[in-house]
Amino acid sequence: MSGIILEKLNVWFDTPETRVDAVKNVSLRVEQGESVGLVGESGSGKSTILRALTGLVPTWSGAMEVAGEKLGRQRSRHFYKKVQMVFQDPYASLHPRHSVDQVLSETLRLHGFNEIDRRISNLLTDVGLGPSFRFRYPHQLSGGQRQRVAIARALAPEPEILLLDEPTSALDVSVQAEILNLLVDLRQEHHLTYLMVSHDLAVVGHMCQQIAVMQLGEIVEIMPVAEMRELKPKHSYSRHLLESSLGYKRADD
Amino acid sequence: MSLLNTPQGNQPRWRSWLLTDTPTSRNHARVASLYQGWLSFRGNSMAMFGLIILVLLVLIAIFAPLLAPHDPFVQDLANRLKPLATDGHILGTDSLGRDILSRLIYGARITLYIVILVALIAPVAGLFVGTVAGYVGGWVDTILMRITDIFLAFPRLVLALAFVAALGAGIENAVIAISLTAWPPYARIARAETLTIRNSDYISAVKLQGAGPFRIITRHIWPLCISSLIVRVTLDMAGIILAAAGLGFLGLGAQPPSPEWGAMISEGRKFILDYWWVATLPGLAIFLVSLAFNLLGDGLRDVLDPKDDGS
Repeated sequence: MSGIILEKLNVWFDTPETRVDAVKNVSLRVEQGESVGLVGESGSGKSTILRALTGLVPTWSGAMEVAGEKLGRQRSRHFYKKVQMVFQDPYASLHPRHSVDQVLSETLRLHGFNEIDRRISNLLTDVGLGPSFRFRYPHQLSGGQRQRVAIARALAPEPEILLLDEPTSALDVSVQAEILNLLVDLRQEHHLTYLMVSHDLAVVGHMCQQIAVMQLGEIVEIMPVAEMRELKPKHSYSRHLLESSLGYKRADD
Repeated sequence: MSLLNTPQGNQPRWRSWLLTDTPTSRNHARVASLYQGWLSFRGNSMAMFGLIILVLLVLIAIFAPLLAPHDPFVQDLANRLKPLATDGHILGTDSLGRDILSRLIYGARITLYIVILVALIAPVAGLFVGTVAGYVGGWVDTILMRITDIFLAFPRLVLALAFVAALGAGIENAVIAISLTAWPPYARIARAETLTIRNSDYISAVKLQGAGPFRIITRHIWPLCISSLIVRVTLDMAGIILAAAGLGFLGLGAQPPSPEWGAMISEGRKFILDYWWVATLPGLAIFLVSLAFNLLGDGLRDVLDPKDDGS
């Protein structure tokens, strides 16, 4: 069974003057339990794919299938129980007036869970926050703690698939590693499927088995991480991306 | 622990309970964040001054029968137009010999009545129209905002006059008229706030939990709009009191013998050159309460602005 299938996906944004094609003819398969990274520079359409998948961008064509369910214009509540997303900026993804407790209990209630108290404390333990964080407001939390709350919120409906939209790019370096390790652990524990967007090849190399390289809205190459480690991407853009991430060391290569 | 130490030992304990960064329950968190807001509000001495005046106004309105030295409606034509500090009438008497202090005290009730009713109707209507227009967008937005524009196009007092003239004079109709003319600015503010909030990640995040538009508007957008509306309402209160007084002055608000402050000015106008206090004292009362609301609004803006409480 496959986790995510995208067939000839096109996503565009209509502005009064022009139409911007953000994603062009993208086909991608993510098997269940697999972790796939989408890399590319900013503006290459990586995040747009995630937003189209979750139904936040209604202007798309092509076919999308998630966990055996074909996606139309509307997403069912059932869909959101299977697919959740962690946003890029933890400073923007938590409601400034809702405490951690409110965020999680509302999520759990919307998905029709019982035993909300017990589930909240389990979730907080899962993401490495103690029960003392339960009643804090976002402004009382650091960036890393906020992202942990956002991850707890995404885990609350017990999804099979987690979409990660550059989950560490807004955090400072020391915290990035913690969050990435947390995500790796959670994936093992809960048997999750990850589709992760990043512009950082090192992050994707750490987290994923497959890498899809995007440029200007198109996927130019899909390769296993091992292949990238051996420094043999085929497409010139992937090579360029890899070289720039390795820095001066590979300049003579 | 000795008896002397107990009160000193207790004080820091409840303070630290309220100032904690790690609340232990839902209510604890709520109380603590209220207390922290109160602390930052208390630091603003002008706003505290406004708050004290308004608390006094509320107390005066509640205990009017106990505080007023005379019945505000009893006439005593032998004692008409007595100056300030007359025996038994500290603030003098008006043209029918009624005690001005008592009338001012009872007038506080009417002022509060108007202010509270308008404050309940206008911002709620504006909030509803503005957030729906901003969140739904499209033709709903266009229609609601053009209606708002039509209301905004008229000068407020002129529109209120037209409404009162149509509905009939009286204090309830004055309240309705003022509310009908007061909601459009709130709708504009609420719409502008909604437009900045609707595309934010935390709204996307709750959409991903399957929340519908009704829940998003009432639970997620309203709490963020309300603080700027509260500020705006307190700043507008002065205008509302003045509009009510203006209607009273023109004879379209509270009807005699009701001790509404605007109506009292209107009555005193005839004698203003010879007996200045009859019109001036209710004018001072209006001035003081308007000023208090303005100061309070300024202070609340500092405390409630959601843009400030992030790190």
